[in-house]
Amino acid sequence: MELVLFYISSAVALFATIFALTRTNAAHALIYLIVSLLAVAVIFFLLGAPFAAALEIVIYAGAIMVLFVFVIMMLNLGEEGEERERQRMHPAVWIGPSLLSAILLIEMILMLSQLDDRHTGALITAKQVGLTLFGPYVLAVEIASMLLLAGLVGAYHVGRRFRLSEPDNSSPSSTEGDS
Amino acid sequence: MSETMTIIFAISVMLAAVGGAAVLTWFERRLLGIWQDRYGPNRLGPGGILQVVADMLKLLTKHDWVPPFADRWVFIFAPTAIVVAMLLGFAVVPFGPGLHIIDVNIGLLFFIGMTSLAVYSVLLGGLASNNKYALLGGLRSAAQMVSYEVFMGLSLMGVVMLSGSFSMQDIVESQRDGWYCVSQSLGLFVFTIAAIAESHRLPFDLPEAEHELTAGFHTEYSGMKFAMFMLGEYLGLILISCMITTLFFGGWLAPFGATWLPPIVWFSLKTFIIICFFVLLRAAIPRPRYDQLMSLGWKVMLPLTLVNLVVTGAVALWMQGA
Repeated sequence: MELVLFYISSAVALFATIFALTRTNAAHALIYLIVSLLAVAVIFFLLGAPFAAALEIVIYAGAIMVLFVFVIMMLNLGEEGEERERQRMHPAVWIGPSLLSAILLIEMILMLSQLDDRHTGALITAKQVGLTLFGPYVLAVEIASMLLLAGLVGAYHVGRRFRLSEPDNSSPSSTEGDS
Repeated sequence: MSETMTIIFAISVMLAAVGGAAVLTWFERRLLGIWQDRYGPNRLGPGGILQVVADMLKLLTKHDWVPPFADRWVFIFAPTAIVVAMLLGFAVVPFGPGLHIIDVNIGLLFFIGMTSLAVYSVLLGGLASNNKYALLGGLRSAAQMVSYEVFMGLSLMGVVMLSGSFSMQDIVESQRDGWYCVSQSLGLFVFTIAAIAESHRLPFDLPEAEHELTAGFHTEYSGMKFAMFMLGEYLGLILISCMITTLFFGGWLAPFGATWLPPIVWFSLKTFIIICFFVLLRAAIPRPRYDQLMSLGWKVMLPLTLVNLVVTGAVALWMQGA
Protein backbone atom coordinates (compact mmCIF):
# COMPACT_ATOMS: atom_id res chain seq x y z
CA MET A 1 0.00 0.00 0.00
CA GLU A 2 2.68 2.46 1.05
CA LEU A 3 4.81 1.48 -1.92
CA VAL A 4 1.93 2.18 -4.31
CA LEU A 5 1.31 5.55 -2.68
CA PHE A 6 5.02 6.32 -2.90
CA TYR A 7 5.15 5.58 -6.63
CA ILE A 8 1.98 7.56 -7.30
CA SER A 9 3.21 10.64 -5.48
CA SER A 10 6.65 10.33 -7.10
CA ALA A 11 5.04 10.21 -10.52
CA VAL A 12 2.91 13.24 -9.66
CA ALA A 13 6.00 15.10 -8.45
CA LEU A 14 7.93 14.25 -11.62
CA PHE A 15 5.21 15.20 -14.07
CA ALA A 16 4.28 18.34 -12.15
CA THR A 17 7.91 19.44 -12.22
CA ILE A 18 8.21 18.77 -15.95
CA PHE A 19 5.06 20.78 -16.59
CA ALA A 20 6.33 23.54 -14.31
CA LEU A 21 9.40 23.81 -16.53
CA THR A 22 7.65 23.70 -19.87
CA ARG A 23 4.55 25.88 -19.37
CA THR A 24 4.76 29.25 -21.06
CA ASN A 25 2.12 30.80 -18.79
CA ALA A 26 3.92 31.76 -15.58
CA ALA A 27 0.83 31.30 -13.39
CA HIS A 28 0.23 27.78 -14.69
CA ALA A 29 3.88 26.88 -14.20
CA LEU A 30 3.66 28.06 -10.59
CA ILE A 31 0.56 25.96 -9.92
CA TYR A 32 2.41 22.91 -11.21
CA LEU A 33 5.36 23.77 -9.00
CA ILE A 34 3.04 23.95 -5.97
CA VAL A 35 1.59 20.55 -6.85
CA SER A 36 5.12 19.18 -7.13
CA LEU A 37 5.99 20.53 -3.66
CA LEU A 38 2.84 18.97 -2.20
CA ALA A 39 3.73 15.64 -3.79
CA VAL A 40 7.20 15.84 -2.24
CA ALA A 41 5.55 16.50 1.13
CA VAL A 42 3.53 13.30 0.72
CA ILE A 43 6.74 11.41 -0.07
CA PHE A 44 8.36 12.79 3.09
CA PHE A 45 5.36 11.68 5.09
CA LEU A 46 5.49 8.17 3.63
CA LEU A 47 9.20 7.89 4.39
CA GLY A 48 8.51 8.53 8.08
CA ALA A 49 9.36 12.23 8.33
CA PRO A 50 6.00 13.90 9.10
CA PHE A 51 7.66 17.02 10.51
CA ALA A 52 9.58 17.62 7.29
CA ALA A 53 6.37 17.02 5.35
CA ALA A 54 4.48 19.60 7.41
CA LEU A 55 7.25 22.16 7.01
CA GLU A 56 7.34 21.52 3.27
CA ILE A 57 3.65 22.45 3.10
CA VAL A 58 3.72 25.36 5.54
CA ILE A 59 6.91 27.02 4.33
CA TYR A 60 7.44 26.08 0.68
CA ALA A 61 3.92 25.55 -0.61
CA GLY A 62 2.19 27.89 1.82
CA ALA A 63 4.53 30.86 2.13
CA ILE A 64 7.34 31.02 -0.43
CA MET A 65 5.20 30.09 -3.42
CA VAL A 66 2.57 32.63 -2.34
CA LEU A 67 5.23 35.31 -2.72
CA PHE A 68 6.07 33.96 -6.19
CA VAL A 69 2.42 34.22 -7.19
CA PHE A 70 2.42 37.72 -5.69
CA VAL A 71 5.28 38.76 -7.95
CA ILE A 72 3.57 37.23 -11.00
CA MET A 73 0.45 39.23 -10.19
CA MET A 74 2.44 42.44 -9.84
CA LEU A 75 4.16 41.92 -13.20
CA ASN A 76 0.88 41.06 -14.95
CA LEU A 77 2.68 39.69 -18.01
CA GLY A 78 -0.28 38.55 -20.09
CA GLU A 79 -0.03 37.53 -23.73
CA GLU A 80 3.26 39.15 -24.66
CA GLY A 81 4.94 37.50 -21.68
CA GLU A 82 3.77 34.14 -22.94
CA GLU A 83 5.04 34.95 -26.43
CA ARG A 84 8.46 35.89 -25.07
CA GLU A 85 8.55 32.73 -23.00
CA ARG A 86 7.68 30.65 -26.07
CA GLN A 87 10.66 32.11 -27.91
CA ARG A 88 12.92 31.27 -25.00
CA MET A 89 11.72 27.65 -25.04
CA HIS A 90 13.81 27.02 -28.15
CA PRO A 91 15.00 23.36 -28.25
CA ALA A 92 18.66 24.40 -28.30
CA VAL A 93 18.26 25.94 -24.86
CA TRP A 94 17.57 22.53 -23.34
CA ILE A 95 20.84 20.87 -24.44
CA GLY A 96 23.13 22.28 -21.75
CA PRO A 97 20.86 21.69 -18.75
CA SER A 98 19.89 18.23 -19.99
CA LEU A 99 23.53 17.18 -20.33
CA LEU A 100 24.40 18.44 -16.86
CA SER A 101 21.40 16.80 -15.23
CA ALA A 102 22.15 13.56 -17.09
CA ILE A 103 25.59 13.56 -15.48
CA LEU A 104 23.96 14.07 -12.09
CA LEU A 105 21.50 11.26 -12.81
CA ILE A 106 24.30 8.81 -13.65
CA GLU A 107 26.10 9.82 -10.47
CA MET A 108 22.98 9.30 -8.40
CA ILE A 109 22.28 5.87 -9.90
CA LEU A 110 25.87 4.81 -9.17
CA MET A 111 25.54 6.02 -5.58
CA LEU A 112 22.19 4.33 -5.08
CA SER A 113 23.51 1.02 -6.40
CA GLN A 114 26.30 1.07 -3.82
CA LEU A 115 23.92 1.90 -0.98
CA ASP A 116 22.52 -1.08 0.87
CA ASP A 117 18.76 -1.26 1.00
CA ARG A 118 18.17 0.43 4.32
CA HIS A 119 14.85 2.10 4.53
CA THR A 120 14.50 1.96 8.29
CA GLY A 121 10.93 3.23 8.29
CA ALA A 122 11.55 4.73 11.69
CA LEU A 123 9.35 7.69 12.50
CA ILE A 124 11.28 10.92 12.97
CA THR A 125 9.29 13.11 15.32
CA ALA A 126 9.37 16.87 15.71
CA LYS A 127 11.22 16.43 19.01
CA GLN A 128 14.03 14.50 17.35
CA VAL A 129 14.37 17.13 14.64
CA GLY A 130 14.56 19.85 17.29
CA LEU A 131 17.15 18.00 19.35
CA THR A 132 19.36 17.45 16.30
CA LEU A 133 19.00 21.04 15.09
CA PHE A 134 19.97 22.55 18.43
CA GLY A 135 22.48 19.80 19.29
CA PRO A 136 25.06 18.82 16.68
CA TYR A 137 23.84 21.29 14.04
CA VAL A 138 23.52 24.39 16.20
CA LEU A 139 26.25 26.16 14.21
CA ALA A 140 24.32 25.72 10.97
CA VAL A 141 21.20 27.12 12.64
CA GLU A 142 23.13 30.15 13.84
CA ILE A 143 24.62 30.76 10.40
CA ALA A 144 21.18 30.46 8.81
CA SER A 145 19.81 33.00 11.30
CA MET A 146 22.62 35.40 10.38
CA LEU A 147 21.81 34.97 6.71
CA LEU A 148 18.16 35.75 7.43
CA LEU A 149 19.18 38.82 9.43
CA ALA A 150 21.25 40.03 6.48
CA GLY A 151 18.25 39.55 4.23
CA LEU A 152 16.08 41.47 6.67
CA VAL A 153 18.49 44.40 6.84
CA GLY A 154 18.75 44.41 3.06
CA ALA A 155 14.98 44.46 2.69
CA TYR A 156 14.76 47.30 5.19
CA HIS A 157 17.30 49.30 3.24
CA VAL A 158 15.50 48.78 -0.06
CA GLY A 159 12.08 49.57 1.37
CA ARG A 160 13.17 52.52 3.53
CA ARG A 161 11.71 55.96 2.87
CA PHE A 162 14.38 58.50 2.16
CA ARG A 163 14.41 62.07 0.97
CA LEU A 164 16.51 63.08 -1.98
CA SER A 165 16.51 66.73 -1.02
CA GLU A 166 15.21 69.14 1.63
CA PRO A 167 11.48 69.98 1.28
CA ASP A 168 12.08 73.78 0.93
CA ASN A 169 14.18 73.55 -2.26
CA SER A 170 12.53 70.51 -3.73
CA SER A 171 12.21 70.43 -7.47
CA PRO A 172 9.41 68.49 -9.22
CA SER A 173 11.84 65.78 -10.27
CA SER A 174 12.84 64.96 -6.68
CA THR A 175 9.33 64.40 -5.37
CA GLU A 176 9.41 60.77 -6.42
CA GLY A 177 11.73 59.96 -3.54
CA ASP A 178 9.61 61.22 -0.66
CA SER A 179 6.44 59.24 -0.74
CA MET B 1 -11.92 3.04 15.50
CA SER B 2 -11.81 0.57 12.65
CA GLU B 3 -11.04 1.70 9.12
CA THR B 4 -14.63 1.66 7.88
CA MET B 5 -15.77 3.49 11.02
CA THR B 6 -13.17 6.17 10.37
CA ILE B 7 -14.33 6.60 6.79
CA ILE B 8 -17.98 6.86 7.89
CA PHE B 9 -16.98 9.33 10.59
CA ALA B 10 -14.94 11.39 8.11
CA ILE B 11 -17.88 11.60 5.70
CA SER B 12 -20.26 12.60 8.49
CA VAL B 13 -17.82 15.29 9.69
CA MET B 14 -17.62 16.64 6.14
CA LEU B 15 -21.41 16.69 5.79
CA ALA B 16 -21.81 18.28 9.20
CA ALA B 17 -19.24 20.95 8.35
CA VAL B 18 -20.85 21.81 5.01
CA GLY B 19 -24.34 21.75 6.53
CA GLY B 20 -23.15 23.85 9.44
CA ALA B 21 -21.63 26.37 7.04
CA ALA B 22 -24.94 26.58 5.15
CA VAL B 23 -26.98 27.15 8.31
CA LEU B 24 -24.37 29.62 9.50
CA THR B 25 -25.09 31.93 6.55
CA TRP B 26 -28.64 32.37 7.88
CA PHE B 27 -27.70 32.28 11.56
CA GLU B 28 -25.06 34.97 11.12
CA ARG B 29 -27.52 37.30 9.41
CA ARG B 30 -30.12 36.78 12.12
CA LEU B 31 -27.59 37.36 14.88
CA LEU B 32 -26.21 40.45 13.14
CA GLY B 33 -29.78 41.67 12.83
CA ILE B 34 -30.40 41.29 16.56
CA TRP B 35 -27.21 43.14 17.43
CA GLN B 36 -27.95 45.89 14.96
CA ASP B 37 -31.58 46.40 16.08
CA ARG B 38 -33.29 44.86 13.06
CA TYR B 39 -34.81 41.50 12.18
CA GLY B 40 -32.64 39.97 9.51
CA PRO B 41 -34.11 37.25 7.22
CA ASN B 42 -37.21 36.06 9.15
CA ARG B 43 -39.82 35.40 6.45
CA LEU B 44 -39.24 31.85 5.21
CA GLY B 45 -40.04 28.99 7.57
CA PRO B 46 -39.70 29.05 11.35
CA GLY B 47 -37.48 32.00 12.25
CA GLY B 48 -36.50 32.30 8.60
CA ILE B 49 -34.32 29.16 8.51
CA LEU B 50 -35.61 28.14 5.08
CA GLN B 51 -33.77 31.20 3.76
CA VAL B 52 -30.80 28.82 3.45
CA VAL B 53 -32.75 26.66 0.99
CA ALA B 54 -33.91 29.69 -0.95
CA ASP B 55 -30.36 31.02 -1.23
CA MET B 56 -29.13 27.63 -2.36
CA LEU B 57 -31.83 27.34 -5.02
CA LYS B 58 -31.00 30.79 -6.29
CA LEU B 59 -27.27 30.06 -6.51
CA LEU B 60 -27.82 26.67 -8.14
CA THR B 61 -30.13 27.98 -10.83
CA LYS B 62 -27.89 30.89 -11.77
CA HIS B 63 -25.95 30.71 -15.01
CA ASP B 64 -22.57 29.15 -14.26
CA TRP B 65 -20.57 31.61 -16.27
CA VAL B 66 -16.85 31.89 -16.98
CA PRO B 67 -15.87 35.30 -18.41
CA PRO B 68 -14.27 34.96 -21.85
CA PHE B 69 -11.25 37.02 -20.82
CA ALA B 70 -10.53 34.86 -17.75
CA ASP B 71 -7.95 32.12 -17.46
CA ARG B 72 -10.56 29.37 -17.69
CA TRP B 73 -9.07 26.42 -15.78
CA VAL B 74 -7.47 28.45 -13.03
CA PHE B 75 -10.73 30.38 -12.72
CA ILE B 76 -12.62 27.14 -12.10
CA PHE B 77 -9.94 25.63 -9.89
CA ALA B 78 -9.60 28.60 -7.51
CA PRO B 79 -12.90 28.33 -5.57
CA THR B 80 -12.50 24.58 -5.05
CA ALA B 81 -9.06 25.00 -3.48
CA ILE B 82 -10.34 26.83 -0.40
CA VAL B 83 -13.17 24.33 0.21
CA VAL B 84 -10.85 21.34 -0.11
CA ALA B 85 -8.17 22.87 2.12
CA MET B 86 -10.66 23.85 4.81
CA LEU B 87 -12.40 20.45 4.78
CA LEU B 88 -9.00 18.74 5.07
CA GLY B 89 -8.30 20.92 8.10
CA PHE B 90 -11.20 19.24 9.93
CA ALA B 91 -9.30 15.94 9.79
CA VAL B 92 -7.20 16.77 12.85
CA VAL B 93 -9.96 18.28 15.02
CA PRO B 94 -10.60 16.12 18.12
CA PHE B 95 -14.38 16.06 18.70
CA GLY B 96 -14.21 13.83 21.76
CA PRO B 97 -11.98 11.27 23.50
CA GLY B 98 -10.86 9.00 20.68
CA LEU B 99 -13.34 10.73 18.38
CA HIS B 100 -11.16 12.09 15.58
CA ILE B 101 -10.41 11.27 11.96
CA ILE B 102 -6.64 11.20 12.37
CA ASP B 103 -4.46 11.94 15.35
CA VAL B 104 -1.03 12.52 13.84
CA ASN B 105 1.87 13.89 15.84
CA ILE B 106 1.93 16.94 13.55
CA GLY B 107 -1.77 17.74 13.88
CA LEU B 108 -1.32 21.40 14.63
CA LEU B 109 1.18 21.87 11.80
CA PHE B 110 -1.25 20.15 9.46
CA PHE B 111 -3.90 22.71 10.39
CA ILE B 112 -1.48 25.60 9.79
CA GLY B 113 -0.48 24.07 6.46
CA MET B 114 -4.08 23.75 5.30
CA THR B 115 -4.94 27.35 6.22
CA SER B 116 -1.85 28.54 4.38
CA LEU B 117 -2.89 26.57 1.28
CA ALA B 118 -6.31 28.23 1.40
CA VAL B 119 -4.59 31.51 0.46
CA TYR B 120 -4.16 30.23 -3.10
CA SER B 121 -7.87 30.22 -3.65
CA VAL B 122 -8.11 33.97 -3.20
CA LEU B 123 -4.83 34.62 -5.02
CA LEU B 124 -5.57 32.50 -8.05
CA GLY B 125 -9.16 33.69 -8.17
CA GLY B 126 -7.89 37.26 -8.35
CA LEU B 127 -5.22 36.41 -10.89
CA ALA B 128 -7.41 34.32 -13.19
CA SER B 129 -10.26 36.86 -13.29
CA ASN B 130 -8.12 39.21 -15.36
CA ASN B 131 -9.85 42.17 -13.75
CA LYS B 132 -8.20 45.11 -11.99
CA TYR B 133 -10.40 44.98 -8.89
CA ALA B 134 -9.89 41.25 -8.59
CA LEU B 135 -6.16 41.62 -9.05
CA LEU B 136 -5.93 44.28 -6.34
CA GLY B 137 -8.04 42.13 -4.02
CA GLY B 138 -5.76 39.19 -4.67
CA LEU B 139 -2.64 41.24 -4.06
CA ARG B 140 -4.00 42.56 -0.78
CA SER B 141 -4.99 39.14 0.39
CA ALA B 142 -1.56 37.75 -0.44
CA ALA B 143 0.20 40.41 1.64
CA GLN B 144 -2.36 40.23 4.44
CA MET B 145 -2.43 36.47 4.74
CA VAL B 146 1.29 35.91 4.47
CA SER B 147 1.90 38.52 7.18
CA TYR B 148 -0.75 37.26 9.56
CA GLU B 149 0.19 33.64 8.96
CA VAL B 150 3.61 34.31 10.48
CA PHE B 151 2.34 35.07 13.93
CA MET B 152 -0.72 32.88 13.69
CA GLY B 153 1.73 29.99 13.72
CA LEU B 154 4.00 31.60 16.31
CA SER B 155 1.13 32.40 18.68
CA LEU B 156 0.32 28.69 18.88
CA MET B 157 3.85 27.72 19.82
CA GLY B 158 3.20 28.73 23.44
CA VAL B 159 0.48 26.07 23.60
CA VAL B 160 2.84 23.56 22.01
CA MET B 161 5.56 24.41 24.57
CA LEU B 162 3.21 23.92 27.53
CA SER B 163 1.66 20.72 26.24
CA GLY B 164 4.86 19.35 24.73
CA SER B 165 3.15 18.01 21.63
CA PHE B 166 1.77 18.94 18.21
CA SER B 167 -0.93 16.28 18.51
CA MET B 168 -4.38 17.77 19.07
CA GLN B 169 -5.54 15.02 21.43
CA ASP B 170 -2.42 15.44 23.59
CA ILE B 171 -3.04 19.19 23.71
CA VAL B 172 -6.59 18.61 24.94
CA GLU B 173 -5.44 16.03 27.50
CA SER B 174 -2.78 18.37 28.86
CA GLN B 175 -5.46 20.97 29.67
CA ARG B 176 -7.04 18.80 32.37
CA ASP B 177 -5.52 20.93 35.13
CA GLY B 178 -6.26 24.31 33.53
CA TRP B 179 -7.27 25.61 30.15
CA TYR B 180 -4.68 27.50 28.14
CA CYS B 181 -6.96 30.52 27.76
CA VAL B 182 -5.59 31.61 31.15
CA SER B 183 -1.88 30.87 30.85
CA GLN B 184 -1.78 31.66 27.12
CA SER B 185 -4.19 34.60 27.09
CA LEU B 186 -1.78 36.63 24.97
CA GLY B 187 -1.51 33.74 22.53
CA LEU B 188 -5.30 33.50 22.41
CA PHE B 189 -5.62 37.22 21.71
CA VAL B 190 -3.09 37.16 18.87
CA PHE B 191 -4.45 33.93 17.42
CA THR B 192 -8.00 35.24 17.36
CA ILE B 193 -7.02 38.38 15.46
CA ALA B 194 -4.72 36.50 13.11
CA ALA B 195 -7.43 33.92 12.48
CA ILE B 196 -9.93 36.60 11.42
CA ALA B 197 -7.35 38.10 9.08
CA GLU B 198 -6.50 34.65 7.75
CA SER B 199 -10.12 33.83 6.97
CA HIS B 200 -10.53 37.38 5.58
CA ARG B 201 -13.78 38.01 7.39
CA LEU B 202 -15.05 41.38 8.51
CA PRO B 203 -13.49 43.52 9.98
CA PHE B 204 -10.42 42.29 8.07
CA ASP B 205 -12.10 41.59 4.73
CA LEU B 206 -9.89 44.00 2.83
CA PRO B 207 -9.37 41.59 -0.09
CA GLU B 208 -13.08 42.06 -0.90
CA ALA B 209 -13.73 45.51 0.58
CA GLU B 210 -16.84 46.46 -1.35
CA HIS B 211 -16.62 50.22 -0.96
CA GLU B 212 -13.30 50.39 -2.79
CA LEU B 213 -12.86 47.13 -4.72
CA THR B 214 -16.44 46.24 -5.81
CA ALA B 215 -16.10 42.70 -4.49
CA GLY B 216 -12.34 42.20 -4.61
CA PHE B 217 -11.09 38.83 -5.74
CA HIS B 218 -14.56 37.42 -6.48
CA THR B 219 -15.84 40.33 -8.59
CA GLU B 220 -16.10 38.07 -11.66
CA TYR B 221 -17.55 35.09 -9.84
CA SER B 222 -21.22 34.18 -9.80
CA GLY B 223 -23.50 31.22 -9.22
CA MET B 224 -22.01 28.07 -7.75
CA LYS B 225 -18.42 29.22 -7.99
CA PHE B 226 -19.24 32.25 -5.86
CA ALA B 227 -21.07 29.92 -3.47
CA MET B 228 -17.91 27.84 -3.17
CA PHE B 229 -15.95 30.90 -2.05
CA MET B 230 -18.63 31.66 0.53
CA LEU B 231 -18.71 28.02 1.63
CA GLY B 232 -14.94 28.09 2.08
CA GLU B 233 -15.15 31.24 4.14
CA TYR B 234 -17.79 29.84 6.48
CA LEU B 235 -15.97 26.50 6.71
CA GLY B 236 -12.90 28.49 7.69
CA LEU B 237 -14.87 30.26 10.40
CA ILE B 238 -16.10 26.95 11.84
CA LEU B 239 -12.65 25.36 11.59
CA ILE B 240 -11.00 28.26 13.37
CA SER B 241 -13.63 28.21 16.11
CA CYS B 242 -13.00 24.47 16.54
CA MET B 243 -9.28 25.18 16.77
CA ILE B 244 -9.69 27.92 19.38
CA THR B 245 -11.89 25.56 21.41
CA THR B 246 -9.34 22.78 21.17
CA LEU B 247 -6.23 24.81 21.79
CA PHE B 248 -7.36 27.34 24.37
CA PHE B 249 -10.68 26.22 25.89
CA GLY B 250 -10.02 22.60 26.72
CA GLY B 251 -11.57 21.02 23.63
CA TRP B 252 -14.03 18.32 24.66
CA LEU B 253 -13.13 18.56 28.36
CA ALA B 254 -16.09 19.46 30.54
CA PRO B 255 -15.76 22.68 32.54
CA PHE B 256 -16.01 22.54 36.37
CA GLY B 257 -16.15 18.73 36.28
CA ALA B 258 -19.63 18.85 34.75
CA THR B 259 -19.37 15.50 32.99
CA TRP B 260 -23.13 14.89 32.81
CA LEU B 261 -23.04 16.11 29.21
CA PRO B 262 -21.11 13.98 26.68
CA PRO B 263 -17.75 15.46 25.54
CA ILE B 264 -18.91 16.10 21.98
CA VAL B 265 -21.76 18.26 23.28
CA TRP B 266 -19.33 20.33 25.32
CA PHE B 267 -17.10 20.67 22.28
CA SER B 268 -20.02 21.82 20.11
CA LEU B 269 -21.26 24.26 22.75
CA LYS B 270 -17.87 25.90 23.16
CA THR B 271 -17.41 26.12 19.39
CA PHE B 272 -20.87 27.64 19.03
CA ILE B 273 -20.11 30.35 21.60
CA ILE B 274 -16.88 31.23 19.80
CA ILE B 275 -18.69 31.43 16.45
CA CYS B 276 -21.16 33.86 18.07
CA PHE B 277 -18.21 35.88 19.32
CA PHE B 278 -16.83 36.13 15.79
CA VAL B 279 -20.21 37.33 14.54
CA LEU B 280 -20.26 39.92 17.32
CA LEU B 281 -16.81 41.14 16.22
CA ARG B 282 -18.17 41.54 12.72
CA ALA B 283 -21.12 43.55 14.00
CA ALA B 284 -19.09 45.75 16.32
CA ILE B 285 -15.78 46.66 14.70
CA PRO B 286 -15.35 48.80 11.57
CA ARG B 287 -12.95 47.82 8.83
CA PRO B 288 -9.45 49.31 9.25
CA ARG B 289 -7.53 50.91 6.41
CA TYR B 290 -5.14 48.63 4.57
CA ASP B 291 -1.95 50.24 5.89
CA GLN B 292 -3.40 50.23 9.41
CA LEU B 293 -3.97 46.51 9.09
CA MET B 294 -0.42 45.84 7.97
CA SER B 295 1.22 48.05 10.59
CA LEU B 296 -0.96 46.51 13.32
CA GLY B 297 0.29 43.13 12.19
CA TRP B 298 3.98 43.82 12.04
CA LYS B 299 4.36 46.50 14.72
CA VAL B 300 1.99 45.25 17.43
CA MET B 301 1.08 41.62 16.86
CA LEU B 302 4.50 40.25 15.96
CA PRO B 303 6.32 41.80 18.99
CA LEU B 304 3.49 40.65 21.28
CA THR B 305 3.81 37.12 19.95
CA LEU B 306 7.57 37.09 20.41
CA VAL B 307 7.23 38.37 24.00
CA ASN B 308 4.66 35.65 24.67
CA LEU B 309 7.02 33.06 23.21
CA VAL B 310 10.00 34.16 25.30
CA VAL B 311 8.03 34.42 28.56
CA THR B 312 6.32 31.07 28.01
CA GLY B 313 9.66 29.44 27.25
CA ALA B 314 11.26 30.93 30.37
CA VAL B 315 8.35 29.86 32.58
CA ALA B 316 8.32 26.38 31.10
CA LEU B 317 12.06 26.02 31.79
CA TRP B 318 11.66 27.38 35.32
CA MET B 319 8.80 24.99 36.05
CA GLN B 320 10.93 22.12 34.81
CA GLY B 321 13.80 23.11 37.10
CA ALA B 322 11.61 23.62 40.16
